[in-house]
Amino acid sequence: MSGHSTYIPKSGFEKWLDARLPIIRLGYDAMVDYPTPRNLNYWWTFGGILTVLLLTQIVTGVVLAMHYTAHVDHAFASVERIMRDVNYGWMIRYIHSNGASMFFIATYIHMFRGLYYGSYKAPREVIWLLGCILFFLLIATAFLGYVLPWGQMSFHGAAVITNLIGAVPVVGGSILTWLQGGFAIDNPTLSRFFALHYLMPFMIAGVVGLHIWALHVPGNNNPVGVLIPQDLQRRDTVPFHPYYTVKDGFAIIVFLIMFSVFVFFNPNALGHADNYIPANPLVTPAHIVPEWYLLPFYAMLRAVPDKFGGVIVMFASIAVIFALPWLDTSKVRSNRYRPVAKQFFWLFVVTTLVLGYCGGQLPDQPVIPGVETFTLFDGQLNSYLWLTRLFTLMYFAYFLVVLPLLGLKETPLPVPPTISAPVLSHAGGDGGDGGAYGGSTHGGVVKPGAGYAGRPAVAEPERRG
Amino acid sequence: MRKLITAVAAAVACLTAAPALAAGGAEHPKDVKYSFEGPFGRFDQAQLQRGFKVYQEVCASCHSTNLVAYRHLAMRNAPFWDENYPNPNESPYARTIAAAAQIPDIDSETGDAILRPGTVADRIPNPYPNEAAARGANGGALPPDLSVITKARHGGADYIYSLLIGYPNPPRGLTVPAGQYYNKYYAGDLSSYWAPAGVDPEEAHESVPKGGFLAMPPPLREGQVTFDDGTPSTVNNMARDVGAYLQWVTEPKLIERKQTGLAVIIYLTLFAGLVYASYRRIWRNVAH
Ligand code: HEC
Ligand code: HEM
Repeated sequence: MSGHSTYIPKSGFEKWLDARLPIIRLGYDAMVDYPTPRNLNYWWTFGGILTVLLLTQIVTGVVLAMHYTAHVDHAFASVERIMRDVNYGWMIRYIHSNGASMFFIATYIHMFRGLYYGSYKAPREVIWLLGCILFFLLIATAFLGYVLPWGQMSFHGAAVITNLIGAVPVVGGSILTWLQGGFAIDNPTLSRFFALHYLMPFMIAGVVGLHIWALHVPGNNNPVGVLIPQDLQRRDTVPFHPYYTVKDGFAIIVFLIMFSVFVFFNPNALGHADNYIPANPLVTPAHIVPEWYLLPFYAMLRAVPDKFGGVIVMFASIAVIFALPWLDTSKVRSNRYRPVAKQFFWLFVVTTLVLGYCGGQLPDQPVIPGVETFTLFDGQLNSYLWLTRLFTLMYFAYFLVVLPLLGLKETPLPVPPTISAPVLSHAGGDGGDGGAYGGSTHGGVVKPGAGYAGRPAVAEPERRG
Repeated sequence: MRKLITAVAAAVACLTAAPALAAGGAEHPKDVKYSFEGPFGRFDQAQLQRGFKVYQEVCASCHSTNLVAYRHLAMRNAPFWDENYPNPNESPYARTIAAAAQIPDIDSETGDAILRPGTVADRIPNPYPNEAAARGANGGALPPDLSVITKARHGGADYIYSLLIGYPNPPRGLTVPAGQYYNKYYAGDLSSYWAPAGVDPEEAHESVPKGGFLAMPPPLREGQVTFDDGTPSTVNNMARDVGAYLQWVTEPKLIERKQTGLAVIIYLTLFAGLVYASYRRIWRNVAH
């Protein structure tokens, strides 16, 4: 998409089309000849996995929508009847409902990957911002979708979340009525949630396009985190196809195996049994919990005694992710060369997992049963309430204190000047392979070869193969 | 790669463990060794037929299964599947069972409300004309529709079995309200009904029995149903078999799902192997 195109139309039709709508060129430059760092590890396969998952959700979703009835009296039964009376309906529905969980697993890994390797730093801030928008849209889409089967958790979860808007001072009440289409969650709410749930995945698809466009301007980050200078492109990159189509392809299939284990052998393991009880506004479930992927945010919401304060904290927890490129002051991208930052990174991973766990517990339950403590303000010290508060602080401190200060204080390890230096140092005895890329790189000494010329970098390794 | 898989598996395990809340104050359901469990599980057709009989003769007088039509009973893997009748609508079993039912309808000539014999397309009728009637007949409680019951309760079929055999005599000191029955496996909080003799009320909360009260009287009695295959109709057998039947009612495609799953996983594994081999070959001469 960026840089100059290497596509050469061959057939008459390709030439004809290329002069009118260079769409084959676009695809070729973006997915075939796109120069990709050759040291990407498997954490880089999750973008491809996410693309496959988005397509899967859209295809299964459109088929579900053909059979689904967005009406409070029929929604629950229509979903169940999809599973018994539509050919392979059980498979379509279980793929879609588990697909949402898979989407979040892949998204979280994808985001942690970016965090670890500093993929949000210049010149990739816009990629990161678009990714944050995608995350936000994904949360909204999944929340709306979860309401559609109109089970007990659908209904009461929707009630809890929409009521948050009612906590906004002055205008909250009117906005809430406007959003719900009435004074309570009812049929108008369900119809609009369905309309929006159908719409948002296509917005996501549009933003994915921008995300990839923005990616193809500076090119991929990589585990070493250094930029690849134009003149080393030939040596340090490989064309996307076949190198990364095959590597991503392998990772996608492995991911699909894990996905299939859920769909075919444990399709309800990630859900909540109460959602198989038809919605009943008069009976509130004992514990209202969102799906697992929203638990960390739900925990932070409940940690604040004031309802509106909780809403602010919850939105702030997502807003800080947007601000990340300007919060991290370090010049070094990859945590490989930031020993202290690396430890804080893992502490942050644990923080989010603990928050997720807290989100599924009752706030006033003791963390260590049987240990008597004292009451601190509004709750026992030994309670999930205070554990959540501690970890909420740690969550925000990571972004607002650790990353800004650490970049100024930490002494990073020496960063290799190019990605080939570390690559070749552990390539071992398989024979001076760097030569295939034009430059002479023996012994880790970099003598750049010719500038990036696209084709030779494709041809040479293939010829040797 | 192994590191990656372990990491993903660990993440999934941590995250899925999170929403699992403590089960509350009920006894953990007893584990029944059902034939449909595990990746190679199959329904035991004789057991489904016995379970259907218990359901029809006992449970159906209070509960509905609105999603089940008579033709479903003769689908593949269903209680009355017969390979001589691949089209369930032509199954003599489904037809006979349907014809024995009286379905409320409207006479198309006069518009009067009538009862007519069922057809395979009919759904198993609701025992009560409406919710108020159902509550009226059950002391104010509504017997839930059982169409998806094993998915709607932790423990699934094991829970159904346990619930049905779980009516012991209430422990001394427990006051059971009128129209309610004590069940060990039913989730509830009995602390305000618990006053054991000779125990300081302050301490009593430490010995509150597990379980809860529900409005369903113990539905099964020894010998209540006569099984055609000679299986003794003990409470235990009837509870186990109706549990299996309700598992089929909840997930009629369970076996098809697992069989498809095995094929999918074998296919994907072979495909993964093939793609991995291509990956190794393509990257053979590239340091990375
Ligand atoms: C006399 C009427 C009656 C009969 C017969 C009956 N039930 Fe029930 N059942 C009820 C009522 C009423 C409830 C609701 C109890 C409540 O909410 O307190 C109920 C509740 C249940 C529940 C839900 C328990 C829960 O966890 O909420 C299950 C499962 C159940 N019955 C299964 C059965 C089965 C299986 C049979 C046949 C063996 C059966 N019932 C026979 C009246 C009946
Ligand atoms: C970003 C992609 C998507 C995500 C993350 C997503 C998520 C979800 C979730 C969590 C549910 C509830 C599942 C359940 O418990 O049953 C759901 C249901 C549903 N979705 Fe989606 N969805 C996506 C795309 C789509 C699309 C594109 C459509 C239609 C065009 C669609 C149509 C439906 C329908 C009809 C239901 C109700 C049926 C059901 O509950 O299984 N979805 N979705």
